[in-house]
Amino acid sequence: MLAVLMQMTENTKAPLSLAAQVDFGALLGAIATSRDRHAFALLFDHFAPRIKSFMLRKGVTPELAEDLAQETMITVWSKATQYSAERGAASTWIFTIARNLRIDRLRRDSAAHFVDLEGFDVPSEESSGDDTLNRSQQDIQVATALAQIPPEQRELLILSYVEDVPQVMIAQRLRLPLGTVKSRMRLAYRRMRKLLEAVN
Amino acid sequence: MTIIHHLDDATILAYAAGTLGEPLSVAAASHIAMCPTCCIAARRAETLGGEILESLELSSVSDVCRMATLASLDLRPEPAREPFQSPLQRLLAGKDYAQLRWRKVAPGVSVVELPLSKGVKGSVKLLSIAPGMTMLEHGHGGGELTLVLQGAFKDKIGRFGVGDIADLDETVEHCPIVEEGETCICLFAAEAPARYKTLIGRLLQPFIGI
Repeated sequence: MLAVLMQMTENTKAPLSLAAQVDFGALLGAIATSRDRHAFALLFDHFAPRIKSFMLRKGVTPELAEDLAQETMITVWSKATQYSAERGAASTWIFTIARNLRIDRLRRDSAAHFVDLEGFDVPSEESSGDDTLNRSQQDIQVATALAQIPPEQRELLILSYVEDVPQVMIAQRLRLPLGTVKSRMRLAYRRMRKLLEAVN
Repeated sequence: MTIIHHLDDATILAYAAGTLGEPLSVAAASHIAMCPTCCIAARRAETLGGEILESLELSSVSDVCRMATLASLDLRPEPAREPFQSPLQRLLAGKDYAQLRWRKVAPGVSVVELPLSKGVKGSVKLLSIAPGMTMLEHGHGGGELTLVLQGAFKDKIGRFGVGDIADLDETVEHCPIVEEGETCICLFAAEAPARYKTLIGRLLQPFIGI
């Protein structure tokens, strides 16, 4: 487990260079406006192997993980017109589709509450500042901040996203009290926020 | 509506990661739909999720899968976009509070259980508490959220009015009092299965501390 995490954290910088070359949001735009199959193939080749890894962490067979990666990508195709670059990066949007599918299919909870809030933004003074920031810049900043926080905090954040287990189980696995895990998560998250606020 | 009490950062993270159970997610989403600060925080946490997805190792996807996906694209029509309704509106199926079937569980306290997916642990319910009622001192087991929808209550932490959410640490003990004037209606979500001997005891536990 630790070895895998180490590998993952080392990889965090790798996608940056790729993200700088390919504008995934523009590919989604091409699907939305002209059903561009070539754009979809590029998105598929980049995201499907990552989504498969994301699903595999749930402990399912490679076949099922692949089916779910496929289904996530088909949803990306069919809902592409609902993506808007102003609201976030392509990777954020695709992550939410994969997350909801994992909840619906693998955990058999309902992800309906996420769907309710899709495309929804509460009007706010704070958000106007956020919107002026170029979204792809913001993603690079999030990736940079993620690379800058201490490894044990990064590991905890990655665990909380990739492993589909509640915080109480992460605590059991790390043999720490739940309160300790929560406060470490808050600390990691706040440090990331500070880094982001500093660059903004 | 000025919201003072927000979701804890640890709860926002678990919500965005999709690891918070259905009951707490429903309450968190209901608060997010009312709260610009937590809406932005949740979007930020989802951005982090996207970056973490980017950083994952690659698991090779078979050519068969790739070809089948590309071949099936034209078979998928775009799903219709539903008009926005908040998680709470969906749960209440468009009814207002007066139209719900309230069940009286104690003098001044009524409850409506809200539906969750089959087999989900925990519960989501609406609680209606009469003005002036004092709830006995109680602690929190963690894994509970209380969102104020109408009226207000006060405790040593402060005043919880409409839109405020109590996302309290397990170490917090408090003794809330419902403000005079208006019945307080809260959305109460708990992830744990009943830890109390009687159902009534469990229902009342957060409010009257038995």
